Amino acid sequence: MIAPPDRENGAPSPFGAPPRHEGHPPHLRPVGIVSYGFYVPRYRIRTETIAQVWGHDGPQTAANLNVRQKSVPGPDEDVATISVEATRQAIDRVGFDPRRVGAIYVGSESHPYAVKPTGTILAAAIGAGPELTAADFEFACKAGTAAMQTAMGLVRSSMVDTALVVAADTSQGAPRNALEYSASAGGAAFLIGSEDIIASLNHTVSFTTDTPDFWRREGQKYPSHGERFTGRPAFFRHVKACAERMMAAMESTPDDYQHAVFHQPNGKFPVNIAKQLGFTMDQIQTGLLAPKIGNTYSAAAPLGLAAVLDIAAPGDRVFVTGYGSGAGSDAFDITVTDAIVDYRKKKSRTVEEHLAKTVDLDYSTYAKYRGKIILGD
Amino acid sequence: MGVPRFWREQPHRYRLEGTRCTNCDRVYFPPRWVCPVCRRESVGKMERHKMDGTGTVVASTVVHDPAPGFEDQVPYAVAIIELDEGCRLTTQVSDVADPHDVVPGMRVKSAFRRIQSDGASGVIYYGTKFVPLVEQGSTPS
Repeated sequence: MIAPPDRENGAPSPFGAPPRHEGHPPHLRPVGIVSYGFYVPRYRIRTETIAQVWGHDGPQTAANLNVRQKSVPGPDEDVATISVEATRQAIDRVGFDPRRVGAIYVGSESHPYAVKPTGTILAAAIGAGPELTAADFEFACKAGTAAMQTAMGLVRSSMVDTALVVAADTSQGAPRNALEYSASAGGAAFLIGSEDIIASLNHTVSFTTDTPDFWRREGQKYPSHGERFTGRPAFFRHVKACAERMMAAMESTPDDYQHAVFHQPNGKFPVNIAKQLGFTMDQIQTGLLAPKIGNTYSAAAPLGLAAVLDIAAPGDRVFVTGYGSGAGSDAFDITVTDAIVDYRKKKSRTVEEHLAKTVDLDYSTYAKYRGKIILGD
Repeated sequence: MGVPRFWREQPHRYRLEGTRCTNCDRVYFPPRWVCPVCRRESVGKMERHKMDGTGTVVASTVVHDPAPGFEDQVPYAVAIIELDEGCRLTTQVSDVADPHDVVPGMRVKSAFRRIQSDGASGVIYYGTKFVPLVEQGSTPS
C-alpha cells in the first residue's frame, strides 16, 4: 500500500512531555476525570432483523461484524437529550454544582442543529452558566476525544475550574447500506477537573492525516464511505500509529495496562487492532460494547471507558484510543486513583445495568423512528 | 408555540423548576408567584424550587388520536404524575414497550426529551417527559 509518509520516528513530537517526565512544565495543574455518566437509548434492533429485510444472511452478518444488535434512539431522543441524561448522571452522582463548570464541549456528528450549539441546550438543562464557554465539536467518531483533549488543556492550565465533555451520537446509516447494521446511538459525559480526581489523565497524543474514508456532505441525510478503504489505510493505520506513539511517549508496553479501549466501528476492528498492538482479550473485554449496542460513533470509546471505570481498581492503568474518519486518532493514558473507592459508594447505575433494560424493535418501527419512511404529506 | 414563550419557560420545561412558598412550605409546579393558600402572606416569599424528578402515576390514558407533531409516536401514554414533592403534572410517559403498561401506582422519573419542533426548519422544543423508574444502585464491590 502506498500511503503518504508518517512522521518519522525520532522526529520531535509536538505534544509536549507527559507529567513526571523531563521537560514537563511544573506549574501545570493535575487533570483527570472527576465524575462520569452515560446514556444509551433503550430501543434495540437485532442484526438478523435488518438482514431479513434486505435478503442478507443474518447470522453470517452478525458474525462478520461481531454486532448482534444495535441501540436505536426513540422518536423523542437526539444528541441533546442523550447529552443531558449522561451529564445529569455525572453531576448528580457527586452532587456537583453545575455553576462551577467553566467550559462545555459536546462532540458529535449528529448535532440536532446544523447551526445552533448543542452545548447551550445542555448548559440550560443542567443549570450551568451563563458564565461559561461552550462549543460543539465535530470530527466524525472522535469529536468527543478531541473535546476531551481541549478540556484537559483548559483545566491543566487553570483557565477553567472544571470542564464538561460530552461525546454523543445518533448516527445515520442509509437503508440497505452496510452502515445500517452498526450505526447506533449513545453518549458519555465526563467532568474534567483537577481536584477529587477518580482517574488521572496522564497524557494524550494524536495522529491525524487527510484520509477520506468516510464523510457526509452538507445537507445530505446519510454519510458515504470508502467501503474497504475504511479499514487498513484509515482505522488501522491511524489507531496503530497513535497507540504506538503513546506507548513510546510513556515508555510503556501493553503489559503495563489492566484495560484497553479502542474505537469500535463494529465488534471486529477493535479486537483485531488490540491483537496487532499486543493487547489481550482480557484487557479489552470490559470496554468492548459494540457487540451489544453497535457503533455509537463519538461515544464508542468514551462509553467503553465508562464501562471500565465502573469496575477498575485503584492503580489500574487504562489505555484509550479513539478514531475518527477523515481521519485521526486520539490516545489517552489514564490511571485510576484511590478516590474511585469512595466514588463508588455514591451509588449509581453501571453501564452493564443500564444496557440490560431494552425494548426490541421490528424493522418497520425502527424505520419510522429513524425517519426512514417517506411520508406523502 | 412561539420561540419567545418557549425560551421564557425553559427553567420549568428543562429543569422542572417550580416554586416553594416559604410561608407554608407548599411546592408548586408549574411555578406560581403567589401561594393560593397563604395569598398575600406569600408575596415576596416564593422561592425557586427544583423538583427531584421522581413521582408516581395517578391516572393514565393511551392516546390514539394524536396532537400535531406526535403522529409517529401513536399509541402513546399520557399520565397525571404526582411528584414526590406533592404537586401534580400532566406528561407523556415514554420508553415503554406497551403504553398500556403505564398504570396508576407506577414509579416514574423525569427525562429530558424532544417535545415538538416547528417543522423541519424551525426551532426544536425540548422539555421533560417521564420514563419508568428503574431502581438503581447495585454498584460492583
